Parts: sequence; C-alpha cells; structure tokens
Amino acid sequence: MAHSGINVLLEGDNFIRLLGGLWVTIKIAFTSLAFGLVLGVLLGVLRTFKNRLLRFVLRIYLEFFRVVPTVVLLFLFYYILPRQLNFNLPANELATFVFALWVAAEMSDIVRGALISVPKHQQESGKAIGLSRWQLYRYVLIPQAFSLELPATINLATRVIKTTSILMLISVMDVINIGQQVIEANNHTYPNGVFWVYGIIFLFYFLIDYPLSWWARRLEKKGLERENG
Amino acid sequence: MNKTSLKKIIAVVGVLATLLLVLAGCGSSKKSSDSNNPSSVQQIKKNGTIRIAVFGDLPPYGWVNKEGKRVGYDVTLARKVAKDLGVKVKFVQVNANNRVDALNSNKVDLVLANFTVTPERKQVIDFAKPYMKVSVGVVSPRNKPITKTSQLKGKNLIVTKGTTAETYFTQKQKGVDLLKFDSKTQQFNALKNGRGVALADDNSYLYAWSKNNPKYTVGIKSIGPKSYISPAVKKGNKSLLKWTNKEISKLTKDGFFEKDYNSTLKPYFGKDVKPSDIILPIK
Repeated sequence: MAHSGINVLLEGDNFIRLLGGLWVTIKIAFTSLAFGLVLGVLLGVLRTFKNRLLRFVLRIYLEFFRVVPTVVLLFLFYYILPRQLNFNLPANELATFVFALWVAAEMSDIVRGALISVPKHQQESGKAIGLSRWQLYRYVLIPQAFSLELPATINLATRVIKTTSILMLISVMDVINIGQQVIEANNHTYPNGVFWVYGIIFLFYFLIDYPLSWWARRLEKKGLERENG
Repeated sequence: MNKTSLKKIIAVVGVLATLLLVLAGCGSSKKSSDSNNPSSVQQIKKNGTIRIAVFGDLPPYGWVNKEGKRVGYDVTLARKVAKDLGVKVKFVQVNANNRVDALNSNKVDLVLANFTVTPERKQVIDFAKPYMKVSVGVVSPRNKPITKTSQLKGKNLIVTKGTTAETYFTQKQKGVDLLKFDSKTQQFNALKNGRGVALADDNSYLYAWSKNNPKYTVGIKSIGPKSYISPAVKKGNKSLLKWTNKEISKLTKDGFFEKDYNSTLKPYFGKDVKPSDIILPIK
C-alpha cells in the first residue's frame, strides 16, 4: 500500500483534472499580468509627473494594494463589496481583476523607480533638442528604463503566479483546490496520496516559475556586464 | 505646454473619479430599486439556473470523484432540488468558514454544505427544515464495548479539543475523566493504543471511521443534544425559504433521503448504522 501512493494521480481523470486546474491558474496569472503591467506602466509614468495631487492619489493606490494582504483584498472584492454595491463578478474574473489592480500598483512603483534612475543628462539632452514630453518619454526615458525594470518585473510575475494558490479561498477551481478534492476523495484508499498530489503541484509551480527566475537572473547579469563593460 | 497638459491630466483624473462615483451610485441605487432579491424562486426560474454552495472535499457529503463529478449526500439533494425547480444547477464550492458570506454576498442562492443549525448562525441567515441529524457518539473496542454512559464513570474517555463531544462531556457528564487531544489523528491513535476505554466525537464521523477499523464499534450512537443539518438561504429570502421547506417535506415523505442515504452514505458507514440514525422521520 505504501508504495502505491503515486497511483492516486493515475486513477480516473485525476491527472487531467489537475492539469485543468493548472490551466485556470495560468490563465488568471497571465491575464492579470498582461492587464496589470500595461496599466502599471501608465501609472508609473504618471507618477513621475510633477502634479502633487496626482502623485498623492497614485501613491495612496500603491500603498493600499501593497500594504493590504492579497487574501484580504480578495475577500473585500468577493464578499464585502458585492453586498454594498451590487458589484458581482464570477470568481475567476474577479480574481483576475483584483490581481491586475495589484500588479498595476506594484508595477507603477517599479516603473517610477526605473524612470527616475535614467541618468539626468539623458533627459536634459532630450529637452535640449526640443523633444516634447511625450517624445521624451517615448524615445528616451521608457526605452532606457525598460532594461532597468525587467528583472524586477519578472520577479513580480513569479510572485503573482505563486500567489494564485490562495484563490481557492474565493471558490476558484485552481490547481490547489482540485488537488485538495483529489486528496480528500482518496483519503481512505491512498492515505499518503497527500504527498504525491502536493508533490506534483510543487513540480507544476516549479516548472512555471523556475524558467522565469532563471531569466531574471540572466538579465541582471547581462545588465551588469553591459554597465561595467 | 507643461501647465496645459497638467490641467488635462487633472481633468481626466477628475472625470474618471466622477465616473467611478456615478457607477457606484448606480450600483447601490439599483440594489434598492431591484426590491427584494436576486435569489427569489421567480428570479431563479427566470435565470434557468440555481447556484448551490456545496463542499468539494468532504466525503461522503460533498466531494468530487475520480471522474471529476461532484457526488455525495448533499450533492444528490442539490441535483434533486434543481430538478424539481425545473432549472439547471451550478455548483459553487465553499469551505466551512465562507458558507455564510457566500449567501450574504449573493454568490449563491442556496447552501447545501452539511450546514449545522446553530443559534448564532440563525441570526445572520435563514435555515429551512432540516434533512439530517447528527449528535455525539461513543466508539469503543468491539470486544469491550461501551453501550451506556454509566460504564464510563471514573474511566478515561478520549476527545478532541473544541468539539461538541468535549463540550457535552465537560458540562453534562462530570464523572467521566477526559483525555483531550488536538487532532483527529492523535485521538484515534490514542484509542488504538488503549489510553482510554472509549472515544467520543460526532457520530457520523465515527461511523465512517469504525467501518475502516472493524475492531471498533460505535456502542453509543447518540447522546447529548441533537444538531440538525439544514439547507440555508440568505436572511429574508422568504420565497426560496418557503419553497425549500415544502420541498424538504415532500422529499422526506417520498423517501428520497433514505434512497440518498443508501447510495451515498451507506458505503461509508457500514452495516452497523441504520438510515434512521441519520435521516429524520416523516412527521
């Protein structure tokens, strides 16, 4: 019996179902990243502007999403807001929405940091040749900030993928949730199925996240090489 | 140029903020004008689907089998309810601690997730008529069975902290020595190692355990106060509550729950348990 725990994965449709859960996880993570990153770049650019009110509002937005734990945000949007506002989205879309807002907040800070760390003379040279503000950002600041912010962005992406594991709390049928169904359904026949199910989930997350963090490290190294010759 | 573009941005932000406010306003005013609720029987029939909260990880009540199909005692009832309403069923999987929120935030119309009726819960949601009962049971070795509480006087009884069994024996059966543990695994190991003469816990849980451990038997099937398991609706949802009450009475009369018991619970509980230990009699 002890050696047959792995069979829990092979029985019936269990493995296919886990893959289905993984697909939900990936879909939510990448859709929210796509929307969040675009919005985050916009907000990041806005945050380098001089308007105090604008900066203040965006700062509050950032701090709110950074300080409040993601679980609390999900509960707030899934259970509490609907009661007050009749704002009712299905769990998957809502999760994507909340994650996108969270990514946008974090990204805005990364972009802002990268933009202000572009050497000052670049900006001044741009102004000297008469570029408008739009052109300055489009041709000088954003391209140079891009390589600076890339490693941090990839880091953010791996964090988002990992954080999808709490989505089961708002009834999203992600890979963790399906894993738990499989474990409980087979508890009597495979007492050590837990090990195998979480083992395979670990492998799934690793396979998605490791290439990303490897890429981030490589980029960072390349960046250092470029700067220091 | 700097100033004009700044003004533009402020204007845009202002407009967005107002839009948000207006949207929020619309949302809340819609709620009040929508009069009562999106979960009334009429509305469910109009939508063609009923959203029912069930467990996904609690065999044999609500779980998912290896074909990926939702099954169990509660799930069978849920499908029957939808069929009798003439609508499709959409399952929303919940955990024990978000059953109330799922109802109150309109995520589901009905909860059929082994929901025990308690006075505290009654204040925030409405329970329909019960379809199941549970109470405390006592399991003991088959060769030295405990069948009466008097046999427990001055002996060690194993319980898990925080269970209804612990509360009952602490308050009502003072002559029994309690040996308390933190988890289910610990308490069953203690019983197997002979640290106590018997073990008390929710009876439905013990039935399933003793089926897998045939050396033990649930000698006392039910003591202490009975708890009831009921369908739950959002507080004030009179229309669905009334319909559900009628449905439960009808199903009880038709013997639906006995059939449900035989197909979903019996394989887990074994021969020692009769349907009447779990389901409610026809009134």
